[in-house]
Amino acid sequence: MSKRSIAQVLVGIDGNTVLFGARKIKTKLITEMHKHGLSEQVQVIETGSIGPANQGVIIGVYPAGEMYGNITEEEVVEFVQERFVKGRPYKKLLLSEKLPAGIDLTAYDSRKTQYLGRIVLDNCGKINPEDIEEYIGMRGYEALGIILKEKTSEEVIKIVRDSGLKGRGGAGFPTGLKWSFTAKVKDTPKYVICNADEGEPGTFKDRLIMEGDPHKVLEGMAICGYAIGANTGYIYIRGEYQLSIQRLEKAIKDAEKLGLLGENIFGTDFDFQVKIKIGAGSYVCGEETALLTSMEGFRGEPRFKPPFPAESGFLAKPTNINNVETFANIAPIILNGAEWFKKLGTESSSGTKVYTVLGHIKRSGLIEVPMGVTLREIIYDYAGGMSSGNFKMTQIGGTAGNLLSSEFLDVPLDFQSLKEVGYSLGSGAVLIMNETVSVVDFIKCCMKFFVHESCGKCTPCREGTRYAYEILDKISLGKGKADDIESLKLLGESMKDSSFCPFGQSAPNSLLNSLSLFPEEYNNLLIK
Amino acid sequence: MGCPCDEKELTDKQKYKQLKEFINESKNKKGYLIPVLHMAQVIFGFLPPEVQNFVAKEMNTPVSVVTGVVTFYSYFKIFPTGRHTITICLGTACYVRGAKKIMEELEKKLGIKIGETTEDKRFSMGVQRCLGACGLAPVIMIDKDVHGRISAQKLDKILELYK
Ligand SMILES: Cc1cc2nc3c(=O)[nH]c(=O)nc-3n(C[C@H](O)[C@H](O)[C@H](O)COP(=O)(O)O)c2cc1C
Ligand code: FES
Repeated sequence: MSKRSIAQVLVGIDGNTVLFGARKIKTKLITEMHKHGLSEQVQVIETGSIGPANQGVIIGVYPAGEMYGNITEEEVVEFVQERFVKGRPYKKLLLSEKLPAGIDLTAYDSRKTQYLGRIVLDNCGKINPEDIEEYIGMRGYEALGIILKEKTSEEVIKIVRDSGLKGRGGAGFPTGLKWSFTAKVKDTPKYVICNADEGEPGTFKDRLIMEGDPHKVLEGMAICGYAIGANTGYIYIRGEYQLSIQRLEKAIKDAEKLGLLGENIFGTDFDFQVKIKIGAGSYVCGEETALLTSMEGFRGEPRFKPPFPAESGFLAKPTNINNVETFANIAPIILNGAEWFKKLGTESSSGTKVYTVLGHIKRSGLIEVPMGVTLREIIYDYAGGMSSGNFKMTQIGGTAGNLLSSEFLDVPLDFQSLKEVGYSLGSGAVLIMNETVSVVDFIKCCMKFFVHESCGKCTPCREGTRYAYEILDKISLGKGKADDIESLKLLGESMKDSSFCPFGQSAPNSLLNSLSLFPEEYNNLLIK
Repeated sequence: MGCPCDEKELTDKQKYKQLKEFINESKNKKGYLIPVLHMAQVIFGFLPPEVQNFVAKEMNTPVSVVTGVVTFYSYFKIFPTGRHTITICLGTACYVRGAKKIMEELEKKLGIKIGETTEDKRFSMGVQRCLGACGLAPVIMIDKDVHGRISAQKLDKILELYK
């Protein structure tokens, strides 16, 4: 047998799989291959998340494209024996014979039955995130090189604006427009900040993007730096995201060594440095002005806008803040052009969206699908249907997001269509629930979250969340009266209108939705 | 300066000295209060009023600002904790998957409520709203280990791992 590498085994190492011993499994795979004299033919490679989040450690076998789940250390011995010594698929743990497949990975537009590929997660689960060469092999840093040599900063902003890219951090603000605000301001130094706080329960897409393809985020930030005239970037990241922090730190060092970050990038006179700031655990710090206050070392309370960060942000200097996923879209847009990007998704929302799909469904995890895919498609095409019971409701965009009943299964998920029904897309969390979940209990749990995380600066939010929780608690214990429902509505509306920042304004979202979609669940619990 | 956890029990005096050195290194950098408090918690294990006062004095900041920051972020602790800290996730994804039952079960087993420490100082218990491991819901974290897809039956076996 010839001695060159004929197969690759990819071990998905991310925050989830590490807990199931992914690193030990990688080592065990290497020793087993060695035992059978297969070390040269079969390469064992570490990669980021392969997709599913409820199947333990996942490994992919290329070029066959098989995906295996729930691998344990003991299982490795038999797996190597069957798959590589005997050469047949290891049926017991086979999840899928064709990688990338189904939910797991692909932006597959079922209406056009056309394979579209992924943008943000294109490299995740394929390359080793700790090896800069592999990123470069996937045209990494090419976009940065092109703009530095061939494009003015105005041209870069124009491409981003023409692509129609909107912020993926929740609010959906047009990214190109935001960049142009900061670019216009004369004051220096300017800053680029990547918002990686991701505190929204049920959301972990940014973590998997950073773990799976850290360089793509860095490249997006550097391009932004060039476009707006900033030489320093910060990544504000949750302290819990240890693996992301490690991989980003390594990525920054490696890129600096090759002159792709740091001083005189690509031999031009453009300098761009990236630093990491670690958060200390507070949900509201994800809000951009609170994030700035926290970065300056204070209680992370939001500030009044205007002035907007574009004029007076970090240390009162012009600052552009974007979400991780937003930055990860930039390099592909530069490489392929605005028109290409606009072809994906819908009229109002170009491109794809990364979702974390969770709850009572067969396959939970990370998916990237074109904007405009419906909830029904997510549940039945990508997530394999309900795992038990019947569909009852979905919360999209996390705790601060909206609650949807079965009436909404066919609304296209994009910024405009949701706005038309009074909803918003939010962070990308999709939590699917069956009839075993009580609406009142669920809303009570969400409200508890807000009571805990309210920063206390303004009264409607600090007192409103607490009071709403108390009423919900009373109702759930069977002690509520009809006028409690009216109080909840009034309270919710006033929090929406009068809270200082979007935290308090969005806290009653799901509560108000539930009152209008599931009134009977409340009524049944009231004292008659 | 090596990692403070390398050495066995330091005396209080040594601990304050270590903290002072760290503060002096970072004193003039803007936004350094949070990293200093991080370090202080590594050295002392928690941040009692004495330590907060010390930080305030050394950094020329009002104590009210220091206390304000300490109480704002969930990472900072003002009470001593047990040898192991159990954090139960009550985020929505975990909630839907039965986290409340797990919490009740743990309260029963250990005889303590959220925010308390067992008498033998073995466990402290707290809650968090989403640990960012929702794919594994329900989730608890003990010290730095995350245990996913917990059920009431599995608890004994897991607790056994932490003496
Ligand atoms: C309470 C609250 C929490 C937020 N949390 C996050 C977060 O964790 N990550 C994020 O990117 N944006 C978060 N945002 C949105 C940011 O304020 C900001 O709009 C976003 O980072 C801008 O990036 P984008 O334009 O790329 O979307 C949050 C907003 C609010 C009101
Ligand atoms: S909700 Fe529990 S880990 Fe996210």
